[in-house]
Amino acid sequence: METFFAMGKYAAYVWPAYGASLVGLGLAVAFTLSAYARAKRRLAELEGGK
Amino acid sequence: MASIFEFANPKRFMNLSGAILPWLAGVCVLSLIAGLYLGFTAPPDYQQGDTVKIMFIHVPAAWVAMMCYGLMAAASLLGLVNRHPLADVAAKTAAPLGATFTALALITGSLWGKPMWGAYWVWDARLTSFLLLLFLYLGYIALWNAIEDETRAARAAAILALVGVVNLPIIEFSVDWWNTLHQGESIIRSGGPLISAVFLWPLGLMALGYTTLFFTLWMIRIRTEIIERRARAFQLGLA
Repeated sequence: METFFAMGKYAAYVWPAYGASLVGLGLAVAFTLSAYARAKRRLAELEGGK
Repeated sequence: MASIFEFANPKRFMNLSGAILPWLAGVCVLSLIAGLYLGFTAPPDYQQGDTVKIMFIHVPAAWVAMMCYGLMAAASLLGLVNRHPLADVAAKTAAPLGATFTALALITGSLWGKPMWGAYWVWDARLTSFLLLLFLYLGYIALWNAIEDETRAARAAAILALVGVVNLPIIEFSVDWWNTLHQGESIIRSGGPLISAVFLWPLGLMALGYTTLFFTLWMIRIRTEIIERRARAFQLGLA
């Protein structure tokens, strides 16, 4: 397990690369889904309140 | 024969994308899990050691970043020539995703470059043209935000996207045209891939995962825009 996290001396490069990718893609997913939910809610409100 | 324009009808797009989305998202999750598993259980490379694990997220990000630009430019052309509103929406919603993948390719690339080349950044052709790709995306997004009238914004942004297309072959062939630190093509080349199957499988699965993630998010973003426009039209109808 320890050798896994050490990444053969390259932990300082491998893990930040994976961390940055996780954060970047995670934010893209979060922004996309929240905007989608917001738009659907808004249309439902408009159509429900006529 | 069904033409692409039949799917460009917003209503048909909503139906079709609604049916495809769960499958696309499913393939995305499964291939990312399998790719990460195979990637982290792969042995270290004999030259690059464990930094080869960065390849599994660097190459797919760079590939999607370029594919996204090509799609954005194609959609821009359709929007410009055929004046189809869905084409403009497709181009507009792709840009932030493309910028994200481009930034990730640059970040992971520099974290790979430091231990292998001794520098986070060098101003060589591949890296510089890829940085330009990021600026093209950011400029495209800024242009959309700067012009209030949507039709005019779409047209101006489309022209920028089309001009920027020349950068794609420059990125692609930069490793052949100029002396560069960046390694050459090792996967899709005549004579077959240069990398071993233990790395090719996780790389392929991650590429599939990144590609399907992009299409999943892109479809959701187009749907969001269609719903927002419907809501706006609805409001105008009430007023």
